[in-house]
Amino acid sequence: MFKLEPRNEQSLFFVYFSPFISVIMSIFAGAVMFMVLGENPVEAMKIIFINPLKSLFGLSELMVKATPLIIIAIGLSLGFKAGVWNIGAEGQYTIGALCSGSLALALYPISGFWVLPLVLIAGIIGGSIWAAIPALLKTKFNTHEILVSLMLTYVAILLLSVMVHGPLRDPDGFNFPESRLFHYSALLPILIEGTRAHIGTIFALIIVFGAYVIMGKHVIGYQIRVSGESSKALSFSGYSKKTIIWICFLTSGALAGIAGAIDITGPVGQLVPSIPVGYGFTGIIVAFLGRLNPVGILFSGILLALTYIGGEAAQIKMSLPSAITGVFQGMLLFFLLATDVLVNYKIKLKRFFK
Amino acid sequence: MSFNLKLNNISKAYASLMANNSISIELSEGKIHALLGENGAGKSTLVKIIYGILKADSGIMEINGIEFSPRNPSSARSNGIGMVFQHFSLFPNLSVLENIMLGIDYGITKSELNKRIKKVSAEYGLYVDSDRLLGTLSVGEKQRVEIIRCLLQDPKLIIMDEPTSVLSPQEIKSLFLILRQLASEGRSILYISHKLEEIKLLCSEATILKDGIVVSRCDPRKETVETLAKMMIGKSLVKTRKNTTRSDKKIINISNLSYVNSDSHGCSLKNISFEIRENEIFGIAGIAGNGQKELVDLLSGEISLRKSNKIIYLGKDLHNVDINERRKLGIAVIPEERMGHSAIPNFTLSENSILTGLWSDRFIKNGFIDEEECVSFAKEIIEKFDVKTLGEFKKASSLSGGNLQKFVVGRELLQKPNLLIADQPTWGVDAGSAEMIHRLLIEHSYTSSGILVVSQDIDELIKITSRIAVLSNGQLSESYNTEDVTSEILGMEMGGARNS
Repeated sequence: MFKLEPRNEQSLFFVYFSPFISVIMSIFAGAVMFMVLGENPVEAMKIIFINPLKSLFGLSELMVKATPLIIIAIGLSLGFKAGVWNIGAEGQYTIGALCSGSLALALYPISGFWVLPLVLIAGIIGGSIWAAIPALLKTKFNTHEILVSLMLTYVAILLLSVMVHGPLRDPDGFNFPESRLFHYSALLPILIEGTRAHIGTIFALIIVFGAYVIMGKHVIGYQIRVSGESSKALSFSGYSKKTIIWICFLTSGALAGIAGAIDITGPVGQLVPSIPVGYGFTGIIVAFLGRLNPVGILFSGILLALTYIGGEAAQIKMSLPSAITGVFQGMLLFFLLATDVLVNYKIKLKRFFK
Repeated sequence: MSFNLKLNNISKAYASLMANNSISIELSEGKIHALLGENGAGKSTLVKIIYGILKADSGIMEINGIEFSPRNPSSARSNGIGMVFQHFSLFPNLSVLENIMLGIDYGITKSELNKRIKKVSAEYGLYVDSDRLLGTLSVGEKQRVEIIRCLLQDPKLIIMDEPTSVLSPQEIKSLFLILRQLASEGRSILYISHKLEEIKLLCSEATILKDGIVVSRCDPRKETVETLAKMMIGKSLVKTRKNTTRSDKKIINISNLSYVNSDSHGCSLKNISFEIRENEIFGIAGIAGNGQKELVDLLSGEISLRKSNKIIYLGKDLHNVDINERRKLGIAVIPEERMGHSAIPNFTLSENSILTGLWSDRFIKNGFIDEEECVSFAKEIIEKFDVKTLGEFKKASSLSGGNLQKFVVGRELLQKPNLLIADQPTWGVDAGSAEMIHRLLIEHSYTSSGILVVSQDIDELIKITSRIAVLSNGQLSESYNTEDVTSEILGMEMGGARNS
């Protein structure tokens, strides 16, 4: 029999290495899964995790996918540190995309250097307003933010669908539920010619750096960390939990919103009902896999982006279902949570007989 | 009924720490045996082993010569061992009868149990109405419920863990009567405490623990408080003289402070008025849960004041002045709870050093934290206040209660407050650190500031304050000069105390 015994002090080894252990365990479990499916596991792993890194195209796609994941996860990590649980980044991302897309369409066909910044700002505002709803209900009526933010996600996705099927539909689009393509003034400049890699990636790096500074050096970061440890200590230090709830929701909403805006002005280029592909939920995994640390999130965002691209490759080259991506993401989170137990506990072997 | 429990070389280690190191004790019939020691000396670990909550790493226990190794508390109970815990395990929303029913190992009907409760109550003078909701009882009454529950098992040995820490002087007296009666019937009592006066009064044998080792055995009746203290701490305590200078300058004046608590388990405050003068330590006695927390929160600013409330600090009305603005004005607060209120266990000492300094441009420059300044401030606290730690980058949770409290007290004192409010400043703190904190508070009272100490520990208040009032059921008594006050008077004032 095994027994969990509390440790006297947190194990620093597991704080830093449990993300790596969970990645290795996911790869092993994935290999077993491929064997059961009758595929060569080494070949499959190569296709999913190695090949995308070997071509410029693969790397540029990695940047395209990692950018929104990192931006969303950075926003969520602030709240998770503070004990404020925004689970609705997917909805805020969707509304951000809807608002910036609507503005891009409204300004069509005006051209000018100021169009793109305005369009991106619309995304920020849209995302924060959507996040303000759970924050308002939480601070005024003490509703549970997990439920409210999660359910608003479905409202957001349906709202996008209504708009794209109705007022925002391209009049020349043969009745397809799509908007017209945005004007080039509303599109993000491309970073690497011939690929979809765009300057949004640079925004993501700036946001990572900003979060690192705020969380590590600024008094707001300190407050957020205090809030996550104890609400009583927070009010003792002179700040109210309500302020922290607002800060966290508005920031994570704004970041999810700009992620949505970046995606539609970058790789997508128009409004379609299928914009929300789960980045908001995957962002939760990215945040935790990155230990809620901005630099950690940078790397975990790249890893999770790899599961998207690898999953697509597996679908094309090995004709496996695209659910592979979700399976890997689920396993990562599962193994991470499992190994995280060992941060505070150790396993002891208990004998049957004495 | 003969009973004899022998502990032979009991040892128990937590990781590298020896909580109990080869402890041997013999408890015999009809004796009240004191287990004496500071916090962390190993008392709780030892009684948990006897009561079957923990298992010893080595050593043997024997009851009447037969080996005894309880697997769990219920097997300890079936061997005649009962325990009354310091923290009651009772449910406030159930009746007394239902609470007792939950703790009984054998099947019994309600009416039969009720009869037995009545019988035990009458026998020992443990009066309590078995139909009342437990939440409406006073602390003393709750303890009676625990004792009744324990007695219904007809134990041969009763373990009492710090039973007087929450009782008023009158309640302590009646508890002692009951304990003596139980001993005279031939039951053994293992009495755990760090209050030396009580042990001298009650116990005929004592085992003194320090750092997990038996350092001494004695008959406490033949010792003085000073010699007992020396055995317990390992050195003599230095007495500090209290400040007797008087000043007429008012630091803070509170008049007709009322507060309606929206929490049904909380306490409301009614018309509280008092003032604290310069160079004075003003004490508020009373049992926790009688409005202490609410009063301290209103003074600190954690609860905001209503318009009708008047608190004047150095001529300034504190209405609409929040906690950090009050700190700016020179009011510092040490709340009762260390872990998660005055300090954050998962933060380093350096991070904890600025928890109450976020308003100050010494630590925060343009919104950014000056890390060097935090570290040097933490170092300063550690050095000046003799905080035993491996360094300012250690987590607060790694410190003992006494050392963390010294850190917290030091942090506030270094801000040189004109008014210091300390709630239970030595609660759960070892005697050496408590002595140091008392000395620091008294020294601070010489620096033209006022101090408010809220405490359950009457001895502490008599030792360091110049005036005392009692907070009971949300109302504050008149204030007494400490020289004129006795623990009987204070006990009377606590009479109307409310349950916590």
